[in-house]
Parts: sequence; structure tokens; C-alpha cells
Amino acid sequence: MTVDRTHFTPLQRGLHWLMALCILAMLFIGVGMVSTITQSYVTLVSIHKPLGIAILVLALIRLVVRLRYGAPALPADLPIPMKLAAKLSHYAFYALMLAMPLLGWGMLSAAAYPIVMFGGVTLPPILPQSDSLHTLLWNAHFYLAFAFFALILLHVAAALFHALIRRDGVFEAMAPVPSHDQDLAPAE
Amino acid sequence: MSAPTPSSARSVIGPLVLIAAVVAGGAAAFAFTAGWFSPQRLTPVKLVDALAPPTGPALGHRRNHAKGICFTGAFEANGAGSALSTAQVFASGRSPVVGRFNLGTPDPKVVDATVRVRGISLRIMPPGGQEWRTAMIDLPFFPVATPQAFYELLTASASKAPDAMKSFAAAHPEIGAFGAWAGTAPFTASYAEERYNSLNSFLFTDASGTDHAVRWSLLPAAQPTFLSVADLTARGPDVLEQDIIDRVGKGPQTWTMTVTAANSGDPTADPSKAWPDDRKTVQVGTLTVNKIEPEADGPCRDINFDPTVVPSGIKLSDDPFPSARSAAYAVSFDRRTAEAKDYPRVATEAKP
Repeated sequence: MTVDRTHFTPLQRGLHWLMALCILAMLFIGVGMVSTITQSYVTLVSIHKPLGIAILVLALIRLVVRLRYGAPALPADLPIPMKLAAKLSHYAFYALMLAMPLLGWGMLSAAAYPIVMFGGVTLPPILPQSDSLHTLLWNAHFYLAFAFFALILLHVAAALFHALIRRDGVFEAMAPVPSHDQDLAPAE
Repeated sequence: MSAPTPSSARSVIGPLVLIAAVVAGGAAAFAFTAGWFSPQRLTPVKLVDALAPPTGPALGHRRNHAKGICFTGAFEANGAGSALSTAQVFASGRSPVVGRFNLGTPDPKVVDATVRVRGISLRIMPPGGQEWRTAMIDLPFFPVATPQAFYELLTASASKAPDAMKSFAAAHPEIGAFGAWAGTAPFTASYAEERYNSLNSFLFTDASGTDHAVRWSLLPAAQPTFLSVADLTARGPDVLEQDIIDRVGKGPQTWTMTVTAANSGDPTADPSKAWPDDRKTVQVGTLTVNKIEPEADGPCRDINFDPTVVPSGIKLSDDPFPSARSAAYAVSFDRRTAEAKDYPRVATEAKP
């Protein structure tokens, strides 16, 4: 779904950059925590769980906002493969943003761990206790985390490619600060 | 996009280099955080690998304390613990318990009499869902002061180098106290006759918000009867399991839970140092074991008795072990659940 707007709405930009921060933090916390036995292990795990649920909530809000407000059209002269890559990567981002927290939640449920949020609030399990489910979800959560990070690197590279080389307004559409340079808007 | 001219080709080299640098930098930061550039870092995987005997781990089983038997029962709090902690589990009342008696060994088929360290694990589930998991052992103090030293102990024990243990003991003199205990402390005849200790220090938070550094213990109601290793061995390889099945079959077995509060200055970050006997100790309730179940299809098998699963009102202290145990137990749990086919969820031996 595309709209005439040349930029994402301020709400969309706010969500994008807030989630960028949360997801990057989440991925670094994830690989950091599983590689240490120091006291930061427990600290990081206790952040990882509620932050994951926060990302799930933000991703659901973002999906609704995206369906409501759509996205600016990509530049007309963007080669078809790049357009396709842009579209597919966005689907992948939404899938991962929603799936990763659910996989984590499901994995903890299948292991009969309490799912503790900040302030001692505990979420209910979403799956019954199960060895095989735990293993399946654990593997998915683990390998998809690396895929997620690789996708983010690709996304950053593409964003910079648009910003610095093509200078086609795609970066400015989601830039963290509103752009006043209308010359950079995509040519339609 | 028009075909690039020589000048525009030059102008993209800078940005391309920048993009490559950003991507490479991001990947490197990620790899650094994951410890890929820090081979010296003690990871939970290394710690768990070090627990395996030379023949390799017993697939599908816990990587340590591998031999055990499940039980169900209850913890009846008398309310006295509420003076130290707001945790609901200490408010007067009864909480169901799933637990496990176990032996400190990576071998699930070990002869009971050959294992020096015995343990009990509890999952206490008070109404309201704020559960408390604790895994305790019968040692009066832990053999070493830090998780790093524990790893070095495992490495030294497994090492073929003749001086490995000697140099370990020189670097970690606290191991001497354990050696003395292991050489002289008598063996009891039963899991039911053991006193079990948390060894690790935790913080209890009371209603006024004050933290108290504490350790806890389970004191058996059964009178200990001491046996020589030879006598214990003569009773069979699974003497402790058979004994606890028989005892609990005749009637519930109980322990009194006590909580000991540190004086200021007592070592809380070092479980190899016992606190003096005169510290304030509160009886907080009674653990009753009502039913024994084989591990294979018992309720404790797939529970990770992670000591950092604590309710509001209990916090971790500066003791480095609970975190290290949590990290390692998670790896052990992930592995054994992935190996479930190697330890089918049905009892292969006759049920009690």
C-alpha cells in the first residue's frame, strides 16, 4: 500500500527509530547474555524478557499504523530488483519483529520458566510444557536472531546507499528528523 | 538512473567505503559482544562442557547432579519469615512443591555410595504464581570461592598433568576445607537424614524495604544414622533411591527450613566461607515430602531448578554463583531437552 505522501508520518518515524533502538539493544543483550556467567547474565536476562514483550507491543501498534497510513511510494526509477528487495525486507522485518518475542515467550512457556516482567509481574504461559517445542522454538529464536541482525545490517547499508549514493529521498522518508529539503523528495 | 560517468564513479567510492565500514563495524561490535573475539571468556557452554566426564556427557540428562528422583510435597510457612522478606511464600500458609533428591555427579547411573555430595531441589509454588526455585546441597560450605575457580577445579580434576590438582590447591587454598570435610564427614543412610544448605547468599527485602543478606537450610526431622562407605555400598547401587521410596511410602518426611541472617561484614560473595554459628536464625516453615516418583516420567525431570527464579521479596546478592549457575543450568536444560529421545519420558525400571 502506498500513499501520495513523500515521507512517513511523524508517528511512523517515531516508532521506527524507537524500535530500532530497542531491537538493536535486544540483539546485543541476547548474544551478550548467553556468552557470560557473570552477574550481568541475570541482569541482561531480566531486561531481555520485558524488552522483548515491549517490542511485541510496539510491533503490533506499528503494524496497525502501517496499515492505516501506508508508506510513501518508492522512486519510480528504482530498479525492479531493488524495489522487490525493499518490499520483501519490510515483510521480513514485520515477521521478525512479531515472531521473535512470540518465539521467546513460547520457548520460556515450553520450558516452564516463569515469564517475569519489570516489577515482578508474571505473564501466563502461551504453550504447554514440552521438550520438543522448547527445542524447536529455542533453535528458531537463536538462528533467527542472527538472521535479524544480518537483515538490519543490510537495511542500514541500503538506507545509506539511498542517502549517500542515489540521493533519491528514500532515506529522508524515514529520517529521524523531519526533512525540509523538498528537492530530496522522490520524483514521481 | 543514468549510466555513471567517470566523475560520478569516483564520487561514489567514498560513500561505498563508508557504507562498508558501517556494516563491518556493526558486525564486529556484534561479534565482540557475543564473545567471539574473547576466547578467554568463561562462557556457560565452557562451564557445562567442563562438567562432562572423559567419556562424554550422559545424553538427555542434567549435566551435573545427573542422578536423582522426583518428589512432590508442600512447604508450610509459619509466617516468621515475613519479618525478613515480603515474599508471599513466607506468609503463613501452604505452598505445593515439586522437588528432586539428587547426587552431585554427571553420571546418572553412579553407585550412590561413591558420591560425596547430595542435594535437594525445590520448586515452591505459592498461590499467586510467584514461585521460588532453589537447589541446595549437604555441604556446609562450597568447595571454591568463585565460579572461575569452580571451572578451574573441573579442568584440573580432568587434567592428566600430574601437578594439576596441586597447583589448583595452591591457587585456591579454600579447597582444603572441602578436602577435610570430604575425608572425615560421615555418610548418612538416607536423603531424609541430610541437612541441605543454600550456601549462596541472597537478599531478603522486608516490608520496610530493608535488605537482609541471608542463607537458608533444611534441617531433617529424621535422626541421622551414619554408615561406612562399605556398608552403604553393600546395600546396593541405588540405596538412596530405594531408601527414600521406602521411607516416604511409610510416611511423609519433613525438614525445618531455617533462614540465617548475616551480620554486617559477613562474607556474602564467597560461599566457601561459612558464617559463624551464632548468627540470627529464624525457623520459617516445614518442608514435607509426601510422594516419591521415578524421574523418567516424574514431575521434576523437565524442571530447571534455576536458583535465580525467586519471588518479589528475594533478590540476588553480590554472590557470583547464582548467576553462573543460572547461565549453566540453562545450557544444561537446553541440551537435555534437545536430547529427549535419549532419555524417553517413561520409566524403564519397575515403578516403586
